[in-house]
Amino acid sequence: MKIQFQVNGTPRELDTPPMKRVLDVLREDLRLTGTKEGCGEGECGACSIIVDGEVINSCLVPVCQVNGSRILTVEGLARDGRLDPLQQAFLECGGAQCGICTPGMLIAARALLDVNAHPSRDEIKEAIAGNLCRCTGYVKIIDAIEQAAKTRLR
Amino acid sequence: MPLTATAHSPATLADAYAILAERGSAIKVIAGGTDLMVLMNAHLLNAKEFLDIWRVDELRGITDEGDCVRIGALTTYTQLIRSPLVQQFAPSLVQASRTIGAIQIQNRGTIGGNIVNASPAGDSLPVLAAYDAKVEIGSQRGERHISFNEFYTGYRKTVLEPDELVVAVRIPKLKAGERDFFWKVGTRRAQAISKTVMAAKAKMAGGIVESISIAAGSVAPTVIRARRTESVLAGKMLTRDLIEQARHSILLEVSPITDLRSTEHYRRTVTGNVLVKFLRQLNLSQGNNQ
Repeated sequence: MKIQFQVNGTPRELDTPPMKRVLDVLREDLRLTGTKEGCGEGECGACSIIVDGEVINSCLVPVCQVNGSRILTVEGLARDGRLDPLQQAFLECGGAQCGICTPGMLIAARALLDVNAHPSRDEIKEAIAGNLCRCTGYVKIIDAIEQAAKTRLR
Repeated sequence: MPLTATAHSPATLADAYAILAERGSAIKVIAGGTDLMVLMNAHLLNAKEFLDIWRVDELRGITDEGDCVRIGALTTYTQLIRSPLVQQFAPSLVQASRTIGAIQIQNRGTIGGNIVNASPAGDSLPVLAAYDAKVEIGSQRGERHISFNEFYTGYRKTVLEPDELVVAVRIPKLKAGERDFFWKVGTRRAQAISKTVMAAKAKMAGGIVESISIAAGSVAPTVIRARRTESVLAGKMLTRDLIEQARHSILLEVSPITDLRSTEHYRRTVTGNVLVKFLRQLNLSQGNNQ
């Protein structure tokens, strides 16, 4: 099946089996390996991406359903060699340890800040409730998202 | 298997019906995919041909139909949560939607998918049962409406024919003086599949239960209406004794199993306790502290 979509601002066209997971198309066909597979069943959020403005689990969406869509992955956060405020804040606050949850956390946080520029800590917790981290205990991740929200406003 | 599977992605309901009329029994319908893709990833789904209905916009939208709210089958939980109509006229459906998965699932999972997937643990389903919702079913042969409470014929079995789609669900509006209730018990607030889940609706007048409907999930092969317990309560003064009788009644009315999420005993006991919680809220709403 011919699929056309936009990934991180770049139009892409490829021929792919229609039921192939978006996760696998990103990682295998487009070599965008920032998006991780954790559980493969929609529990862990490691494969989170933003499709047409909404954060979803890319392990649960077949590629035929994103034909014509705009996709943002973790590779699309940095611009012109400069980190997104979220990435900078994760670095500064120690929001990343082993790193497997980090792309999904960044994407879930980005989806939150895109619709809510001043989230409370409770709103941040709800926004990342679908993203599991086994290292940090979440506190530093929440700190980082809070800091990024402040930085973005400046 | 996903790599050899084929998919049809029609943009109109008429095209979707035509594909189902021709290929219905061989084809698996995929909406938001949040249940189906899990099975596929676990190699538990043998379908080789899919009907992807995600582009059929006729299946979207929430509209005011006078005495009911009509919700298109492809409406996502996020859309339900944000809908002023649903917030006003079926608030427990908003509560239920907020407990389903987390944001990634709420953005993709649909109410029609929850209905057709037919899991006894589907968290929107007790709300539809308590509200006596109607399901709109369509095919090339025409449309039929069926009571949600008659939609399931057994564990994971529905009245849907192979050429049919669930098109929408109609929920009678919560009326003035009615209160509704939703409570889910899971391992954590987000992501968990329920151990027991209840939705209910009642109208009180002068301390008397004028009308009541109680539905429960994860405690029987399908979502159930606790009709015997409803009849224990209906028309009676809501005293502490009556609440105790109702708790005892629902313990006997549910038929839970022990599985990886919970035990039969826990489910039975907690379902009774959750009902008591609702009945005490009703009592407080009447200024009665019994």
